[in-house]
Amino acid sequence: MSVSIHPMRKYMRTHVTATTTCPGCGNGIVTQAILRAIEELALDMEDFVFVSGIGCSAWIPSPLFAADTLHTTHGRPIAFATGVKLCLPEKNVLVASGDGDLTAIGGNHLIHACRRNIDVTVVLVNNGIYGMTGGQTAPTTPRGVTTITNPYGTLEHTFDICAMAGAAGASYVARWTTYHPRQLRRSIRRGIQKKGFALIEAVSQCPVQFGKVTKMGKAVDILRHFKENSIRVEKARDQEMDVLEGKIVVGEFVDVDKAELSAEWVRLNRQLTEDLS
Amino acid sequence: MNNKKRLMTGTHFLMGNFACAEGTIAAGCGFVSGYPITPASEVVNRLAQRIPQLGGIFLQTEDEISAICSAIGASWTGRKAMTATSGPGISLMQENIGFALATETPLVIVDVQRLGPSTGVPAIGVSGDMVQVARGSHGDYQIIALSPASPQEMFDLTIRAFNLAEEYRVPVFLMADAFVGHMREQVIIPDEDQLEIVDRKTLKSGVDPRDPMKRQDFLDVDVAPMPILGRGFRAHVTSSCHDEHGMRNLSDPEIMDRYVLNPIHKILKKRHEIVQLEADYSGAEIALVSYGTVSRSAKAAAQLARQEGLKVGTLRLVTCWPFPDAEIRQMAESVELVLVLENNTGQIYPYIKSEAAHACRVEFLGPKILGQIHEPEYIVSHIKEMVR
Repeated sequence: MSVSIHPMRKYMRTHVTATTTCPGCGNGIVTQAILRAIEELALDMEDFVFVSGIGCSAWIPSPLFAADTLHTTHGRPIAFATGVKLCLPEKNVLVASGDGDLTAIGGNHLIHACRRNIDVTVVLVNNGIYGMTGGQTAPTTPRGVTTITNPYGTLEHTFDICAMAGAAGASYVARWTTYHPRQLRRSIRRGIQKKGFALIEAVSQCPVQFGKVTKMGKAVDILRHFKENSIRVEKARDQEMDVLEGKIVVGEFVDVDKAELSAEWVRLNRQLTEDLS
Repeated sequence: MNNKKRLMTGTHFLMGNFACAEGTIAAGCGFVSGYPITPASEVVNRLAQRIPQLGGIFLQTEDEISAICSAIGASWTGRKAMTATSGPGISLMQENIGFALATETPLVIVDVQRLGPSTGVPAIGVSGDMVQVARGSHGDYQIIALSPASPQEMFDLTIRAFNLAEEYRVPVFLMADAFVGHMREQVIIPDEDQLEIVDRKTLKSGVDPRDPMKRQDFLDVDVAPMPILGRGFRAHVTSSCHDEHGMRNLSDPEIMDRYVLNPIHKILKKRHEIVQLEADYSGAEIALVSYGTVSRSAKAAAQLARQEGLKVGTLRLVTCWPFPDAEIRQMAESVELVLVLENNTGQIYPYIKSEAAHACRVEFLGPKILGQIHEPEYIVSHIKEMVR
């Protein structure tokens, strides 16, 4: 019997043979998008430090990836990653974490990392729900759906993470869904290459919690919803607001070049130590 | 002082917080983070100017949570890291103090204490955080805390704090207060060769296996070498319950036991080397026990009392945590009265009482007005009342 080995297995710790991911979860698609982007860039896992927070998608790199993996506290991976990147400016620092982790409890760190334009690539997996804790409302939950903590329907508006990241100063901002794995992979590749803060939002399906509490169904139903309701940013720009209600605007929102914090520190340290000698 | 030298060897007249900054530099710190807060700001203000000239990084963060997280991240890249704050900042840092403990991260946290609770009074030095630094994060753990009593010690004990953090892979607190932080006194900065500087044990590149499953990175009571990030060790660092390789394990009770107890034993095993005291109670019937700024008053009060024929001695805790329990017991067995002096409502007092009350009477005396330093005469008059 021949044994087929997944082409991305080479990037994973050999002793890790299971993940915490539920059947039908979008984490697998995002995991592949990250690893295939690294392969396409011909980078080594030793070129990376992966940092994650708390929540389902924080388990994407940890402990799976055969690399330095720093699994931090809830909401704080970007704060940890900032310290790592400033001290290891030559490494790629990639944060993989969820919408609750990075925009609710950790929202302030995300805002300031965008503003600092530190060269960290954030893959933000947005499943629109608190999955690990059992289907509570997230800042990203679509308005009006029912959740465990909004049994009468959510009353609050939904967080537009990409608009916030762009406004706060990120160098690269993109959004795709797990229905767009190739585009997602290309954007992650671009984010890793970008010398500056890159946020790639991956809108992802959570059939076990989101699908159940919002009654949106199984993985395939949610992916079909992504397919039918995604609209490219170029097309969305010409649309009226009411047409965009309930749509997922996908594509690249920001792609600019500007001074990056870790490089600024290298420059400043060099300049000051030369002054000294 | 706008000197660009690394070590400012010489005799200076220096503010305590500035002396702490110079101690940070002398210890070889390469990453400082902080959020502005009275009465600690001068520590980072000075480092913001000095550290970048020496190849280090200063990051002013969006809050104290980010300050401690970025410092922990920096420490994992092999740099000595520190942050400085006051009580409200410590409150915000508590969760990630636990992270640093659970991941055995060397880190120095300077706490220039102020009057609380809550926003309280920023510029008044009350030792309000003595218990929260040791017990404030959830779970069981053991930190190290040192309590300076002068600007000179803001320099000396900052270096010792770094040395202990590096030696034991643990967060170490420098428990200053607004008085000692803002006090100006003579500070002698020695020559480089007179300084004892400790660097952490690290895995060496090219020697060790590239797989954490083939080595011990954590939970060694003799302190495991740190698998520094970025050097190809493919280390896994998590504050969730983990085994010796750093791999998460939530099912094996024996691993849970080691995850909690080994980092505690790592410190307690070397308690005798970590605990530093100043004892001057031989022949005394009454011992004044204190730490930090108040110990200055205690010494003056003991001197006054002796002049009046009272047999009064002192015990100063330079190391407050790990708690010097054996030394407190030993003292209690040689005196008749222990008077605990603290500038708070008695935070360390219950710990002292639990070790001393079997052998002698134990009383607490706060200052006449909370937030003011005990006047020596006030202490002596209370001693007289107590022994009457």
